[in-house]
Amino acid sequence: MSVLLDHLPELWQGLLVTLQLTVASFVGAAVLGVLVTAMRVSPVPVLRALGTAYVETFQNLPLLVLLVLVFFGLPEIGIKGPPMATAIVVIAVYQAAYMAEALRSGVNSVSKGQAEAARALGLTFGQSLRLVILPQALRTVVQPLGNLTIQLIMSTALAGAISVVDLTEAAKRVNLQEAQPIAIFVGSGLAYAAIAAAVGYVTGRLERRLVIMR
Amino acid sequence: MSTVLFDEPGPRAKRRIRIATVLGVLATLALAALAVRQFAANGQLAAERWQPYATWPMWRYLLDGLWSTALSAVVAAALSMALGLLLALGRLSSKRWLRGPATVYIEVVRTIPALLLVYVVLFALPKYGLDLPLFWKLVVPLTVSNAAAFAEIFRAGILSIERGQTEAGLAVGLTRGQTLRMIVLPQAARRVLPSIVSQSVGLLKDTSLGFIVSYGELFYSGKVLVAYNGLLIQTYIVIALIYLVVNASLSKLARVLERRSSARA
Repeated sequence: MSVLLDHLPELWQGLLVTLQLTVASFVGAAVLGVLVTAMRVSPVPVLRALGTAYVETFQNLPLLVLLVLVFFGLPEIGIKGPPMATAIVVIAVYQAAYMAEALRSGVNSVSKGQAEAARALGLTFGQSLRLVILPQALRTVVQPLGNLTIQLIMSTALAGAISVVDLTEAAKRVNLQEAQPIAIFVGSGLAYAAIAAAVGYVTGRLERRLVIMR
Repeated sequence: MSTVLFDEPGPRAKRRIRIATVLGVLATLALAALAVRQFAANGQLAAERWQPYATWPMWRYLLDGLWSTALSAVVAAALSMALGLLLALGRLSSKRWLRGPATVYIEVVRTIPALLLVYVVLFALPKYGLDLPLFWKLVVPLTVSNAAAFAEIFRAGILSIERGQTEAGLAVGLTRGQTLRMIVLPQAARRVLPSIVSQSVGLLKDTSLGFIVSYGELFYSGKVLVAYNGLLIQTYIVIALIYLVVNASLSKLARVLERRSSARA
């Protein structure tokens, strides 16, 4: 146990980086995800196809391959960014595909009459999406979005592959010094479980407050 | 369906759709042009940098990697499905000493990054005298982590079967075990087949952690290739395309299965 206390500063720093990665890429993924969903339900066939292509591409590529390709590959064609920013962008782009898929199933669960009523009132496509459909769609997908957030937290661990020192990478480095793997890895595993439990608690509360039974 | 969000377009809506179409196409073309320009400006489009990927020895090498990817994915999928089924049954069991541990396993492992489990197998187990071959160093952590996901899929499937099915099974004189095996599980398995396929796509993507374990699956083969021929961006693009084709076909299979099962229901 003492090994955890001795290296608390490094591990704490790693935990903070994991949290930063999580929050920043969650925001990015949410914005992109809503955008892609809007494209996928729009009346414009080309935009629908682009949205579908986006989701198909990023759901079917391993995140680790994307991270390595972007961080080590793109500098060869003159596009370069710091590790942290690269990790945030790549994780956001990757998770947005999953968010878009969850949101679309939410949009499909909003009853037809709602969209028809919105149109009958003369709302445009953008207005009916923003004012009528999405608020209801979001409420039905609170639980799936919570699960995706936990998935996102887990995926931030891969940022270690592009030299971001997050919790997993910090644990690995402390272990290389101290060679006490059980204490270090169990400790950091419990930290992940605690973050996920917090996310689960928040989604549970949100769900109870927001969900509409159909 | 999503098409309820708009009506048959009138003349003005048609014009707007045309404008949005042109803008969408232009934006895509601009992005593609930018990519080509960046590749060309840095000399990455040169023929000799792409030619190696049109030769058979190269493809034999990459297909070897893909074979190892498939092998590790299939073994990990089979093991984690078996373990997942046991965990699901444990979590649904009426016996407390089974339900407790199964629930804790699922809820905790479901939130721990696979990479952390890989590190446990890489660094912790050898210290206690358990130095697995490379293949198992990749497959064991993937099995541990995916078993929790499969357990939740199976549990949802079992819970979705109507109570009447179990009651009918018991009424005709089957034991609890028989009812589960002969009545509930076959129906549940059919219902969760699409989720199983999409979780397997996730597992196949996770095998890219072989990159870190140094097991010779597709992505690690790419790393070795880059160290040898120095064509970094080309190799990783080709590898990404292979993953894309394989996983997209599996995802397509999941959708076909889903449509079929919903058509039957």
